[in-house]
Amino acid sequence: MHLTADSSKCTGCRLCQLACSLYHFQENNPKKSCLAIDPKFPDPGVFEVRTCTQCGECAEVCPVEAIVQNEKGAYYIDSEECTACLECVEVCPENVIFTHPDREAPFQCNLCEACVDFCAYGALSVE
Amino acid sequence: MLNGYGGQVLRVNLTQGSVEKSDLDPDLARDYLGGRGFAAKILYSELEKGVDPLGEANKLVVAAGPISGLLIPGAGKTTFAAKSPATGGYADSNVGGMLSAEMKFAGYDLIIAEGVSPKPVYLYIDNDTVELRDAKDYWGQGAITAETALKKELGDDFQIALVGPGAENLVKYACICHDFGRQAGRAGVGTVMGSKKLKAIAVRGNKSIPVADVGEFRRVGREMLEFCKNSDAWDVWVRLGTAGVNVPSNEWGSFPTRNFQSGHFEEMDKMTGEYMREQIVVTDKACFACPCACGKYSYTKKWDVHVEGPEYETAAFLGADVGIPDIEDVAYANYLCDELGIDTISAGNVIAFAIECFEKGIITTEDTDGLALSFGDSEGVFELIQKIAKREGIGDVLAEGVRYAAEVFGGGSSDFAMQIKGLEISGYESRDAPAMMLAYMTADIGAHHNRAWAITYDIEVGRDGVTPDKAAKVIELQHIRPLLDALGGCRLQWVELGMPLDYYVPAMKAITGVDRSWDDLIHIAERVWNLTRSFWVREMDGFGREWDYPPPRWYTDPVPTGPSKGKLITKENVDKLLDMYYEQRGWDQNGIPTREKLDQLGLDFVPS
Repeated sequence: MHLTADSSKCTGCRLCQLACSLYHFQENNPKKSCLAIDPKFPDPGVFEVRTCTQCGECAEVCPVEAIVQNEKGAYYIDSEECTACLECVEVCPENVIFTHPDREAPFQCNLCEACVDFCAYGALSVE
Repeated sequence: MLNGYGGQVLRVNLTQGSVEKSDLDPDLARDYLGGRGFAAKILYSELEKGVDPLGEANKLVVAAGPISGLLIPGAGKTTFAAKSPATGGYADSNVGGMLSAEMKFAGYDLIIAEGVSPKPVYLYIDNDTVELRDAKDYWGQGAITAETALKKELGDDFQIALVGPGAENLVKYACICHDFGRQAGRAGVGTVMGSKKLKAIAVRGNKSIPVADVGEFRRVGREMLEFCKNSDAWDVWVRLGTAGVNVPSNEWGSFPTRNFQSGHFEEMDKMTGEYMREQIVVTDKACFACPCACGKYSYTKKWDVHVEGPEYETAAFLGADVGIPDIEDVAYANYLCDELGIDTISAGNVIAFAIECFEKGIITTEDTDGLALSFGDSEGVFELIQKIAKREGIGDVLAEGVRYAAEVFGGGSSDFAMQIKGLEISGYESRDAPAMMLAYMTADIGAHHNRAWAITYDIEVGRDGVTPDKAAKVIELQHIRPLLDALGGCRLQWVELGMPLDYYVPAMKAITGVDRSWDDLIHIAERVWNLTRSFWVREMDGFGREWDYPPPRWYTDPVPTGPSKGKLITKENVDKLLDMYYEQRGWDQNGIPTREKLDQLGLDFVPS
């Protein structure tokens, strides 16, 4: 199972990122979310959404085995074990393991699906 | 920490090149909420009577609201305000997009730009790092070009508000541009920014916005969102955006046509929202946290440009009002205005006026640098837009706005210079819509529709009635929409999707922790409305009823064609509308707020 995006439906509104931060961290802050929107303006004038494919490369490179799978099969970073070496951030092929100065450990999608629920445009789904 | 707010005010002195931060005054937040509430209070309190709108003493206020940046549908509006160089009165204009959210993520509710920089600069804000930077490389560039270049230099995650050459050249209706095609367009807020030699504001932030009750906030926000997603009107608004109003407005007889000679345009085949959608729309583009993306981002193959829109207002003024019947030509004219950074409404209005003057023989090719002006001539309109932005030839006159152009052209042309208080009337022909006409007459920046879109009420209850309920509806709307402007929200969720306004009460409580009723919120909106009126009273010696009159065309020329053929609101009825309105507002017969009304609203600092 992984989160997937149909970028052609994305309007760039960032409701997904707000929902993500509000459920993941109980904070209103799209800079603490686990998916990314890249606006491509003025030309060609589209949004590109990046989501975690659950490829597992992050877990493979983690030197302290801090990245494990939750009950949905989503990889997550155990912040207790994480040494913040950021090797996972560097290796992530989609560039969707995020950092924030408030938090020592990086963070990634845990398949909570809040973003899917809040997107008004049907751009996100879990496959 | 103030829940719902970034918490800080950024004051930038461009003359000295200095930046000062302070905490947001909790009393200001309590009494004026944010957005245009903040702007009105700051401009009234800090500007002395008679300051030059383009001089050092004017201030440009950029304001977010308490819902900006939060998960509330439509919380993407930013207010820009100043003393208007177009009207000499109070001005604010808001823009949708990402700016106010980003300001709050950086920790700021307000940016106040003072003074005039000796050289072009831009304001760089990256969380706590705030600097004025040299903008010589960007000065002279078009707004879309410069935004692209700034994002390349700073990073795509910066949100940028900037001006184009129109503002640099002090065109009186220059706009502030944002996010590749959105504008705070009206009353020359961009001109003020240009006069300060402030090319751009670039902001990035990564802070969380404090919320009093996260669980309740999530619950209410989600309910509001669900309402919007399930609204019957959602499909058509996402599909067509405001261009979906082109056809209904034309059928109402309210689509400004050939300088408001009529309200009905005959050549609509290539002007409909559906035609536009099929022909040129590329992407649905939303403002921050909006579940109903009305922004239509387009590409016109005919002219090989991308442009956001054309919106309804642009279709009206760079389409029907100048006689252009093809949305692709409208899109190109729209692109030119966006890149040059001038308001499509005022630009189209003043160009339409010039064309009518030419057709009536009031001006000739001697006045127009040899251009033969005629309605429907797209190339001529493109040419005039560029002349205006560069202030070349006749463009130098038209850049001053339609009121001034009528003074220069003479020949009785002020009778059909379509402005009120010096602001070009926006997109609703109103001779068959008394509430809408009253809304224009009394709008607090001059003739703009967004304070009260009252035409729908005229249609609902009957077009002819010049009755007290119409004045009451205008007042009601003039409190609701400006309240949303103070909160930092959009009206679309309420007006177009039918979302109940009641939601804002629990939402505001969950966000700020302050328990306010809807009436409490409306009381603040009324306070702000009386304060902006008082700004005009202070600035204009002898201010009163005369300033509220529409141009003579609207009370002397019956509509010649279309569904409103023969309609007119007589001068007597214009006065009747004002009498009813002033009385219901608690103003005197000349339209001045009474001492009693001012005191009732806590405006004791406003002199009688």
